[in-house]
Amino acid sequence: MDKQQKREIITKRIAQELADGDIVNLGIGMPTMVGDYVPEEIDITLQSENGFLGLGPAPEEGKEDKDLGNAGGQPVTIKPGGSFFDSATSFAIIRGGHVDVTVLGALQVDEKGNLANWMIPGKLVPGMGGAMDLVVGAQQVIVASEHTIKGNPKILKECDLPLTAKEEVNLIVTEMGVIEVTDKGLVLKEINPEFTVAEVQEATEAELTISDQLKEMKVE
Amino acid sequence: MAEIVSIEAALAEIEDGSKVMIGGFMAIGTPENLIDAMVEREIKDLTVIANDTGIPEQGIGKLIANKQIKKMIATHIGLNPETGRQMNEGELEVELIPQGTLVEQIRAAGAGLGGFLTPTGIGTVVEEGKEKIEVDGEEYLLELPMGAEIALVKAWKADKKGNLVYRKSARNFNPPMAMAADLVIVEAEEIVEVGEIDPDQVMTPAAFVDLIIGGEE
Repeated sequence: MDKQQKREIITKRIAQELADGDIVNLGIGMPTMVGDYVPEEIDITLQSENGFLGLGPAPEEGKEDKDLGNAGGQPVTIKPGGSFFDSATSFAIIRGGHVDVTVLGALQVDEKGNLANWMIPGKLVPGMGGAMDLVVGAQQVIVASEHTIKGNPKILKECDLPLTAKEEVNLIVTEMGVIEVTDKGLVLKEINPEFTVAEVQEATEAELTISDQLKEMKVE
Repeated sequence: MAEIVSIEAALAEIEDGSKVMIGGFMAIGTPENLIDAMVEREIKDLTVIANDTGIPEQGIGKLIANKQIKKMIATHIGLNPETGRQMNEGELEVELIPQGTLVEQIRAAGAGLGGFLTPTGIGTVVEEGKEKIEVDGEEYLLELPMGAEIALVKAWKADKKGNLVYRKSARNFNPPMAMAADLVIVEAEEIVEVGEIDPDQVMTPAAFVDLIIGGEE
């Protein structure tokens, strides 16, 4: 499975978690791909933390608007029914619990639902941007991540990188399966049939409880 | 109420070592003409408060490239590698703050508040050195207001009194910053007569604005 295939499986599966009417914030990078796989009958509204609801796709070439970009500064469009607001209102929406689902990447995530995704001390310090507020404020926090990095587990007993937020992650979706964060630790709910349970556990540092209703992870 | 001035007159208010907040988000809604003029005049040792440092050739990136900033207070610097390089070499001090906290600190300064309580940052390095306060069993961090000597704001339209309208996602940090500095300088794409902006459409009331430049387009 190459990187692109993994990302496709992860983001297609996360798209199934979204419900009609949801307000959703997708992080820059792989999480943005989730928007491409939402079924047509499901109407979601994307929030862009730089100040609007109703984020649409990139414009045709030549139709870019200098005053309209996503949180990464890339040209985008706004859908009918959308709205613009300032950054204080944007974070009232986010911190105030008005975003139903946020999807973010991870450097590390652990069995308590702690997430680290904003810095590697001494190496990479991009900053937290809006991630700390999103993870604390959104009703549901979904981590979109490859299961391992260079063969090493990213799903740990305890994160050792600086945290983005404490005990806020609800669901972890990787190319190997779907893992729920519960009071009793991590529960493997779905598994990609290309892998065995033993292989998934082998690639995970934290101990997984296998759901007694373990299902096959299905993406079309 | 506001005064319309030349870019030279506006810039005369910014000195070496000034603390300046600058609107914009990844160079969208950034007052580029004011930044170009600051680069030309080589105003240095600035403390800059902004969401990010743009990209190398655009927005605040131009002040970074010209090494005019001593301390940067931002939420994200990852899309301008030069900022990270200067930080790692010890040439630039960078303080990173969660985005929702930074904008609310700015708003609080403009709104006359002594601070606010936020759940963001609990259990992370952000809580270090800050007071924690429990309300109804939930833990919050006490975050303090953050003002500046000068705010540089980018508006789409300004009337001659200083009422402002922003356009699309170029609004971002501009309205809260327009509230939070001793001197608020607005770069407007268009300056219109008083009465031409419907009072219902005003996004920043003239009471917050001091100087306006621009309107050439």
